[in-house]
Amino acid sequence: MSELTATQRLEIIREKTRPTVNDYIPLIFNHFTEFHGDRHFGDDGAIMAGIATLNSTPVTVIAQVKGRNLEENKRSNFSMPNPEGYRKALRLAYQAEKFHRPVICLVDTPGAFCGVDAEKRGQGEAIARNIAEFMTLKTPVISVVLGEGGSGGALALAVCDELAMLENALYSVISPRGFASILWKDPSREKEAAELMKITAEDLTRFGVCDKIIAEPVGGAHNDPHLTADNISEYLLDAVERLTKLDIDTLLENRYQKFRKIGEFTE
Amino acid sequence: MLEDLFKMVRDRFNDDKTEDTKQESPEIPKDLLFKCPRCQSVFYMDEFEKRRKTCPVCNYHARLTWRERLEITADKDSFEPFDAEMNSKNPIGFPEYENKIKELQDKNGINDAVVTGVCTIRGYRAVLGIMDSNFMMASMGSVVGEKITRAFEYATEHKLPVILFTASGGARMQEGIISLMQMAKTSGAVKRHSDAGGLYITVLTDPTTGGVTASFASLGDIILAEPKILVGFAGRRVIQGTIKQKLPDDFQTAEFLLENGFVDAIVERKAMRKSLSNILRLHNYKKVVDMWQHG
Repeated sequence: MSELTATQRLEIIREKTRPTVNDYIPLIFNHFTEFHGDRHFGDDGAIMAGIATLNSTPVTVIAQVKGRNLEENKRSNFSMPNPEGYRKALRLAYQAEKFHRPVICLVDTPGAFCGVDAEKRGQGEAIARNIAEFMTLKTPVISVVLGEGGSGGALALAVCDELAMLENALYSVISPRGFASILWKDPSREKEAAELMKITAEDLTRFGVCDKIIAEPVGGAHNDPHLTADNISEYLLDAVERLTKLDIDTLLENRYQKFRKIGEFTE
Repeated sequence: MLEDLFKMVRDRFNDDKTEDTKQESPEIPKDLLFKCPRCQSVFYMDEFEKRRKTCPVCNYHARLTWRERLEITADKDSFEPFDAEMNSKNPIGFPEYENKIKELQDKNGINDAVVTGVCTIRGYRAVLGIMDSNFMMASMGSVVGEKITRAFEYATEHKLPVILFTASGGARMQEGIISLMQMAKTSGAVKRHSDAGGLYITVLTDPTTGGVTASFASLGDIILAEPKILVGFAGRRVIQGTIKQKLPDDFQTAEFLLENGFVDAIVERKAMRKSLSNILRLHNYKKVVDMWQHG
């Protein structure tokens, strides 16, 4: 594993050619069939969801879609989901529970969309509901942060049995720019914020947030998307096998405890 | 130290029958005038105080300290606090974080941005949580997350309802990713309490935003809100920056949420105790104390 700073990793994940779920899904899964809509309001292009096989195991895939160009980004809203995206994800998660399929969430978002209509349709409620419901979803849930894991918008797909991160992926409570802007009233101190915030996969492993770091090729995933996809597949196969062996009560107790124990205080 | 403070609070309680016409303590107000942040009306502070810090013109329900909220919510002498000595660490080594916490603890008489405990409300026993926006905008870090989680776990174990008065600027950024994880931790405890059949009433107060809106504040079986308060996920300025147009005046108010279907009812401060106890009664919780002859 390379010894890079958070700022260097930030540059790697912002690389224009960094692979997205559109690259990874065909490389990792077979027979991917996309399902649309939240059954209430609409279909959100920022979250792509459906069923597929991982090796020969049927799984549900829920993925945040970064576009590779302006056209794609217009469709996927720069991977910033609206409430109906989170509600589609939850619908598919319930479906997975019913048909005993493991859920694989691929996280890659700067955050949930901030807008008037998102507020009207209950962005906060949609995220909260996912967090609470995923906590007790009676099937294994594995989340992989591919690039950016931005705040509650990422967490809504990251309440899971195991959280993996690509080696250069970052996962944070707010973007470094937002952090600098709010705490220091100076967004130009973004790099300083990135270093201070402790947002790399290694940092998050120390905090007990990240369970597995998935290696990227030297220089970043864009240098060899196939190799990166192979590494993700290898991890997912192993994780699915391990987690499906557990009885549901143990699985859910472990999931609860994974989050229950996070917090740093004295008394 | 906190015990003394709670005693002070208890000593300040008045008889319940005078709830609406309570005598104010004879302190000289720090400021003589209050300017409503919603409608900009200016009026005498003592009038504002008499109306329990609500605006006589637009009915905006202003922020209360945890002491003030406790005093008008729980029955006299009934509150038993939980985890009053818990202190946050500094997980990402944010400069000056410990000092800031210490300063706010001394100023506000609390260990962090939420007070939790068990009390009775018009005789009904409930776990109560009150967030105080004077403490780092009631942002949620390790201590807030842990205290709320424990409050729900206690309520689950003792088959008690939970009432939370929420207020928050969101996740506490000074604690980095640890603060984001508190959203999952608290929501998990809410879900377990719910699955065990427990009743959870959220009371949204000014302002409830960000990661608290996107976790336990939105998960109540019943969600009440005080009039004219601010509730939302994203900050107004952030949205303004995205859309580049003026936002409607009622945007992200309690009334806006009601209209859009995210709040069960808007309840005025002076009616809150009755509303809460009525809801508890209708969920078949039994009065444990029959001391409210005055209704």
